[in-house]
Amino acid sequence: MSVSVQEADFDVGAETAALSAGRLDVGAVATFVGLVRADKLSGEGSEVSAMTLEHYPGMTEKSLEAIVAEAGGRWQLQGVRVIHRFGRLLPGDRIVFVGVASAHRGDAFAACEFIMDYLKTRAPFWKKEDTPEGGRWVDAREADDSAAARWSD
Amino acid sequence: MSVKVLYFASLRETLGYSHETLTLPESVSTIGALRGHLARRGGAWEALGEGRNVRAAINQEMVGPESALADRDEIAFFPPVTGG
Repeated sequence: MSVSVQEADFDVGAETAALSAGRLDVGAVATFVGLVRADKLSGEGSEVSAMTLEHYPGMTEKSLEAIVAEAGGRWQLQGVRVIHRFGRLLPGDRIVFVGVASAHRGDAFAACEFIMDYLKTRAPFWKKEDTPEGGRWVDAREADDSAAARWSD
Repeated sequence: MSVKVLYFASLRETLGYSHETLTLPESVSTIGALRGHLARRGGAWEALGEGRNVRAAINQEMVGPESALADRDEIAFFPPVTGG
Protein backbone atom coordinates (compact mmCIF):
# COMPACT_ATOMS: atom_id res chain seq x y z
CA MET A 1 0.00 0.00 0.00
CA SER A 2 1.71 3.17 -1.06
CA VAL A 3 0.73 6.72 -1.92
CA SER A 4 2.73 9.40 -3.76
CA VAL A 5 1.89 13.04 -4.44
CA GLN A 6 4.40 14.39 -6.93
CA GLU A 7 5.06 16.81 -9.80
CA ALA A 8 6.85 14.20 -11.90
CA ASP A 9 5.17 11.88 -14.39
CA PHE A 10 4.96 8.14 -13.62
CA ASP A 11 5.59 4.95 -15.60
CA VAL A 12 2.29 3.06 -15.89
CA GLY A 13 3.96 -0.17 -16.98
CA ALA A 14 6.49 -0.16 -14.16
CA GLU A 15 3.88 0.73 -11.54
CA THR A 16 1.51 -1.97 -12.79
CA ALA A 17 4.24 -4.61 -12.86
CA ALA A 18 5.39 -3.69 -9.34
CA LEU A 19 1.93 -4.55 -7.95
CA SER A 20 2.45 -8.25 -8.59
CA ALA A 21 6.25 -8.49 -8.74
CA GLY A 22 7.56 -11.52 -6.83
CA ARG A 23 4.06 -12.61 -5.76
CA LEU A 24 2.19 -15.74 -6.74
CA ASP A 25 -0.99 -14.97 -4.77
CA VAL A 26 -2.06 -12.07 -7.02
CA GLY A 27 -4.58 -13.13 -9.63
CA ALA A 28 -5.79 -9.71 -10.75
CA VAL A 29 -4.37 -6.23 -11.15
CA ALA A 30 -6.82 -3.43 -11.99
CA THR A 31 -5.46 -0.01 -12.87
CA PHE A 32 -6.92 3.39 -13.64
CA VAL A 33 -5.06 6.27 -15.30
CA GLY A 34 -6.59 9.77 -15.36
CA LEU A 35 -5.50 12.18 -18.12
CA VAL A 36 -5.87 15.90 -18.86
CA ARG A 37 -8.52 16.36 -21.59
CA ALA A 38 -8.40 19.19 -24.13
CA ASP A 39 -12.01 20.16 -23.39
CA LYS A 40 -13.69 22.84 -25.44
CA LEU A 41 -14.27 25.96 -23.36
CA SER A 42 -17.97 26.75 -23.09
CA GLY A 43 -19.25 29.12 -25.77
CA GLU A 44 -15.90 29.44 -27.49
CA GLY A 45 -13.92 27.67 -30.16
CA SER A 46 -10.79 27.37 -28.04
CA GLU A 47 -9.73 24.44 -25.90
CA VAL A 48 -8.07 24.09 -22.53
CA SER A 49 -4.39 24.66 -23.24
CA ALA A 50 -3.04 23.66 -19.81
CA MET A 51 -4.08 23.29 -16.22
CA THR A 52 -2.48 23.71 -12.83
CA LEU A 53 -3.27 21.41 -9.94
CA GLU A 54 -3.00 22.86 -6.46
CA HIS A 55 -3.11 20.68 -3.35
CA TYR A 56 -2.90 20.86 0.43
CA PRO A 57 0.48 19.31 1.28
CA GLY A 58 0.17 17.01 4.27
CA MET A 59 -3.60 16.62 4.13
CA THR A 60 -3.38 15.28 0.59
CA GLU A 61 -1.18 12.37 1.60
CA LYS A 62 -3.21 11.70 4.76
CA SER A 63 -6.50 11.67 2.88
CA LEU A 64 -5.19 9.31 0.19
CA GLU A 65 -3.76 6.96 2.83
CA ALA A 66 -7.13 6.97 4.63
CA ILE A 67 -8.96 6.12 1.39
CA VAL A 68 -6.54 3.27 0.66
CA ALA A 69 -6.95 1.96 4.22
CA GLU A 70 -10.73 2.05 3.86
CA ALA A 71 -10.51 0.09 0.60
CA GLY A 72 -8.30 -2.44 2.40
CA GLY A 73 -11.03 -2.91 4.99
CA ARG A 74 -13.72 -3.54 2.39
CA TRP A 75 -11.94 -5.88 -0.02
CA GLN A 76 -9.19 -8.50 0.08
CA LEU A 77 -6.28 -6.59 -1.46
CA GLN A 78 -2.68 -7.67 -1.90
CA GLY A 79 -1.38 -4.29 -3.00
CA VAL A 80 -2.50 -0.74 -3.72
CA ARG A 81 -0.58 2.06 -5.41
CA VAL A 82 -1.92 5.62 -5.75
CA ILE A 83 0.01 8.41 -7.49
CA HIS A 84 -1.44 11.89 -7.96
CA ARG A 85 0.42 14.69 -9.69
CA PHE A 86 0.26 18.42 -8.99
CA GLY A 87 1.62 21.52 -10.74
CA ARG A 88 1.24 22.48 -14.40
CA LEU A 89 -0.09 19.78 -16.77
CA LEU A 90 -0.88 19.76 -20.49
CA PRO A 91 -3.66 17.96 -22.39
CA GLY A 92 -2.73 14.30 -22.69
CA ASP A 93 -0.61 14.37 -19.53
CA ARG A 94 -1.26 11.76 -16.88
CA ILE A 95 -2.77 13.13 -13.64
CA VAL A 96 -3.51 10.11 -11.47
CA PHE A 97 -2.72 6.41 -11.23
CA VAL A 98 -4.63 3.90 -9.10
CA GLY A 99 -3.50 0.28 -9.18
CA VAL A 100 -4.99 -2.53 -7.11
CA ALA A 101 -3.74 -6.12 -6.81
CA SER A 102 -6.00 -8.87 -5.51
CA ALA A 103 -6.55 -12.59 -5.79
CA HIS A 104 -9.64 -12.11 -7.96
CA ARG A 105 -10.86 -9.49 -10.41
CA GLY A 106 -14.04 -8.58 -8.51
CA ASP A 107 -12.17 -7.12 -5.56
CA ALA A 108 -9.57 -5.45 -7.80
CA PHE A 109 -12.16 -3.73 -10.04
CA ALA A 110 -14.34 -2.61 -7.14
CA ALA A 111 -11.50 -1.29 -4.99
CA CYS A 112 -9.98 0.60 -7.92
CA GLU A 113 -13.28 2.34 -8.67
CA PHE A 114 -13.96 3.02 -4.99
CA ILE A 115 -10.55 4.65 -4.52
CA MET A 116 -11.11 6.93 -7.54
CA ASP A 117 -14.63 7.88 -6.45
CA TYR A 118 -13.46 8.75 -2.94
CA LEU A 119 -10.36 10.54 -4.19
CA LYS A 120 -12.56 12.77 -6.37
CA THR A 121 -14.54 14.05 -3.38
CA ARG A 122 -12.11 13.77 -0.45
CA ALA A 123 -8.54 14.42 -1.57
CA PRO A 124 -7.72 18.15 -1.43
CA PHE A 125 -6.75 18.90 -5.03
CA TRP A 126 -8.05 21.79 -7.11
CA LYS A 127 -7.76 22.22 -10.89
CA LYS A 128 -7.31 25.59 -12.55
CA GLU A 129 -7.60 25.70 -16.35
CA ASP A 130 -5.69 28.12 -18.57
CA THR A 131 -8.06 29.95 -20.90
CA PRO A 132 -7.48 32.88 -23.30
CA GLU A 133 -9.04 35.11 -20.60
CA GLY A 134 -6.75 33.78 -17.85
CA GLY A 135 -7.00 31.07 -15.23
CA ARG A 136 -10.38 29.54 -14.36
CA TRP A 137 -11.02 27.25 -11.39
CA VAL A 138 -12.85 24.05 -12.29
CA ASP A 139 -16.19 23.63 -10.50
CA ALA A 140 -16.84 20.48 -8.50
CA ARG A 141 -19.34 18.12 -10.14
CA GLU A 142 -22.41 16.76 -8.37
CA ALA A 143 -21.93 13.53 -10.32
CA ASP A 144 -18.71 12.99 -8.35
CA ASP A 145 -20.59 13.33 -5.04
CA SER A 146 -23.20 10.78 -6.10
CA ALA A 147 -20.49 8.42 -7.39
CA ALA A 148 -18.85 8.50 -3.95
CA ALA A 149 -22.18 8.25 -2.11
CA ARG A 150 -23.15 4.95 -3.73
CA TRP A 151 -20.40 3.19 -1.73
CA SER A 152 -21.78 4.31 1.63
CA ASP A 153 -24.64 1.81 2.04
CA MET B 1 -7.30 30.28 21.80
CA SER B 2 -4.89 30.74 18.94
CA VAL B 3 -5.26 28.87 15.65
CA LYS B 4 -3.59 28.81 12.26
CA VAL B 5 -5.98 29.20 9.32
CA LEU B 6 -5.10 28.20 5.74
CA TYR B 7 -7.00 29.09 2.55
CA PHE B 8 -6.73 27.22 -0.74
CA ALA B 9 -7.48 27.53 -4.46
CA SER B 10 -10.20 30.01 -5.52
CA LEU B 11 -10.86 30.95 -1.89
CA ARG B 12 -7.18 31.89 -1.38
CA GLU B 13 -7.31 34.08 -4.50
CA THR B 14 -10.61 35.72 -3.51
CA LEU B 15 -9.36 36.54 -0.02
CA GLY B 16 -5.82 37.44 -1.00
CA TYR B 17 -4.45 35.38 1.90
CA SER B 18 -2.97 31.88 1.99
CA HIS B 19 -2.74 31.68 5.79
CA GLU B 20 -2.96 33.65 9.00
CA THR B 21 -2.69 33.10 12.72
CA LEU B 22 -5.73 34.19 14.70
CA THR B 23 -6.51 34.69 18.36
CA LEU B 24 -10.18 33.81 18.75
CA PRO B 25 -12.71 35.15 21.25
CA GLU B 26 -14.29 32.51 23.49
CA SER B 27 -17.56 32.72 21.56
CA VAL B 28 -15.85 31.27 18.47
CA SER B 29 -15.48 27.58 19.30
CA THR B 30 -16.64 25.70 16.19
CA ILE B 31 -15.88 25.69 12.46
CA GLY B 32 -19.27 27.25 11.72
CA ALA B 33 -18.70 30.03 14.26
CA LEU B 34 -15.23 30.70 12.84
CA ARG B 35 -16.69 31.02 9.34
CA GLY B 36 -19.20 33.55 10.63
CA HIS B 37 -16.46 35.40 12.54
CA LEU B 38 -14.33 35.68 9.36
CA ALA B 39 -17.28 36.55 7.10
CA ARG B 40 -18.09 39.51 9.37
CA ARG B 41 -14.86 41.14 8.18
CA GLY B 42 -16.97 42.00 5.12
CA GLY B 43 -15.96 42.46 1.50
CA ALA B 44 -14.22 39.42 0.02
CA TRP B 45 -14.54 37.61 3.38
CA GLU B 46 -18.25 37.17 2.79
CA ALA B 47 -17.12 34.27 0.59
CA LEU B 48 -16.93 32.31 3.88
CA GLY B 49 -20.48 33.24 4.88
CA GLU B 50 -23.37 30.89 5.51
CA GLY B 51 -24.69 29.23 2.38
CA ARG B 52 -21.41 29.54 0.49
CA ASN B 53 -20.00 26.24 -0.74
CA VAL B 54 -16.90 26.08 1.46
CA ARG B 55 -15.32 22.94 2.94
CA ALA B 56 -13.25 22.84 6.12
CA ALA B 57 -10.54 20.74 7.71
CA ILE B 58 -9.14 20.63 11.22
CA ASN B 59 -5.60 19.28 11.50
CA GLN B 60 -5.87 17.98 7.93
CA GLU B 61 -9.11 16.01 8.42
CA MET B 62 -12.30 17.09 6.62
CA VAL B 63 -14.91 18.23 9.18
CA GLY B 64 -18.41 19.69 9.39
CA PRO B 65 -19.61 23.02 10.81
CA GLU B 66 -20.26 21.66 14.31
CA SER B 67 -16.69 20.49 14.83
CA ALA B 68 -15.01 22.04 17.87
CA LEU B 69 -11.81 24.06 17.66
CA ALA B 70 -8.86 23.63 20.02
CA ASP B 71 -5.87 25.80 20.78
CA ARG B 72 -3.11 25.52 18.15
CA ASP B 73 -5.33 23.72 15.63
CA GLU B 74 -4.47 23.95 11.94
CA ILE B 75 -7.73 24.90 10.25
CA ALA B 76 -8.23 25.07 6.50
CA PHE B 77 -11.03 26.46 4.33
CA PHE B 78 -11.33 25.57 0.65
CA PRO B 79 -13.80 25.06 -2.19
CA PRO B 80 -15.10 21.55 -3.03
CA VAL B 81 -12.21 19.47 -4.34
CA THR B 82 -11.66 18.79 -8.06
CA GLY B 83 -8.75 16.35 -8.28
CA GLY B 84 -8.46 13.04 -10.05
